[in-house]
Amino acid sequence: HLATSLPLPSERDHLRPRIDLIAFMIDIKSKYSLKNVEASLAHVDANFFLGKVCFLVTGVGRVNYCSVEMNAIWKLGEVYCSPVLFCELELEGIRVATAQRLLRMLRICAGHVPGVSALSFGSLMRHSADD
Amino acid sequence: MDVTVAEYIRRTVLKIPRDEIKTMLQKWGFLSETQLQTVNFHQIKENISQDVVQLCEENSADIKQAAALDIIYNHIYPNKRVWSVYQMNKTGEETEFFDLTDFKKKFKRRLRSALKNVTINFREYEDNAIWIRIAWGTPYTKPNQYKTSYVVYHSQTPYVFISVSVLKSNLPLLCQALVVASNYHDIREMELRSHSLNSLKDIVFKRYSQNFQTYYPRPLQEGNVAPESGDLRIIQENRNEKERIQRVNQEVFGDGPQPKLEFAQYKLETMFKSDPKMDVLDEKEPFRCLVKFSSPHLLESLKSLAPAGMADAPLSPLLTCIPQKARNYFKIREKKGFFPGSFVSP
Repeated sequence: HLATSLPLPSERDHLRPRIDLIAFMIDIKSKYSLKNVEASLAHVDANFFLGKVCFLVTGVGRVNYCSVEMNAIWKLGEVYCSPVLFCELELEGIRVATAQRLLRMLRICAGHVPGVSALSFGSLMRHSADD
Repeated sequence: MDVTVAEYIRRTVLKIPRDEIKTMLQKWGFLSETQLQTVNFHQIKENISQDVVQLCEENSADIKQAAALDIIYNHIYPNKRVWSVYQMNKTGEETEFFDLTDFKKKFKRRLRSALKNVTINFREYEDNAIWIRIAWGTPYTKPNQYKTSYVVYHSQTPYVFISVSVLKSNLPLLCQALVVASNYHDIREMELRSHSLNSLKDIVFKRYSQNFQTYYPRPLQEGNVAPESGDLRIIQENRNEKERIQRVNQEVFGDGPQPKLEFAQYKLETMFKSDPKMDVLDEKEPFRCLVKFSSPHLLESLKSLAPAGMADAPLSPLLTCIPQKARNYFKIREKKGFFPGSFVSP
């Protein structure tokens, strides 16, 4: 399900399946996208932040056009206890690899991988990022 | 043939892309078809230009013909220059019959009475456009053929498009001559500038697709419309919002292509509004600031901002009013009165 912001429109509540993973996409070239994500985060139930939220930062290939500070992004990941992934959508290889990563995360969050919970996986990802 | 004329023709030919040289020379009509046959248009441009100059020598070209070639070049490639738009007004309602010969005579006379050393050439085109090329000199030097101004005047309209180039000091004289020659009263510069002459014409002649403010009640949208042509597994939660943005965009920008502008400039002369606790710039003077938007195609990029998710729709009217107001340079001052805000000066 793609949405431009949260909260989701309520008229479609009855049509929506259970949400297992929320990936917030931030375009590093657009301050507007960061603001939008920050505003949308306020509408997310606290339970999601136990490993069912991640931040996906796009547009990192073009260093010259960075508009969003990296510190702001790291801080976001810290404050919301969620992993931060980076990708460049314009390159097919990276796009596919990122999609595969998200898919693996989604399987865990949906409970399809026995022995690994969303929370344990999430804390694993965060600690590896700190190293 | 004058050596300066020969050099000028040579340099003009060098500006033309190689594949276009023959067509342009044919349009020029100064060299006969048999003469043109003798030139090899597949050699390097340097050699082509030499051959052309040689032929012009045979025909004894003078500055008038050279200027005609320059006008033809600029008519086909007007986007290499920056054009400003001027509007003339006349008092009274008499619609006089436009006499081209009279116009040319008066224009030359007025200009030459103030400055003897000028080269003036005219060329008329089918769409009632009169192209005027002026090469400027000084009271003591001959006209410099490389320092030219161009004027495009549509005689059925009060609009004049001027590309001044370097010598801006001659602009008042040029404007005066235009007013006198066309029997108008005065002339003012519209704050509208671009490289694309055709787009400027589109804006002032209202030839672009405009948004007509029609009101009709919109049918209530059902929540779940037919799926998109794309992957059925992708579900757009905010389809309504997307459609609203498309609608608003279409209302504001219309359906067709936008006129091509490269800049929009806003000169702010407004007061700085800060948190009173910050105590910054607490003076009564306006905070001077210049905001400039630039793009290869400004209006198209503004049109695509909201659909691309980079801005809210509708956009600020300061941006969307550009074609309707026929200007892309604005001065914004404080609105005087009870409501702090800003208004755009005329």
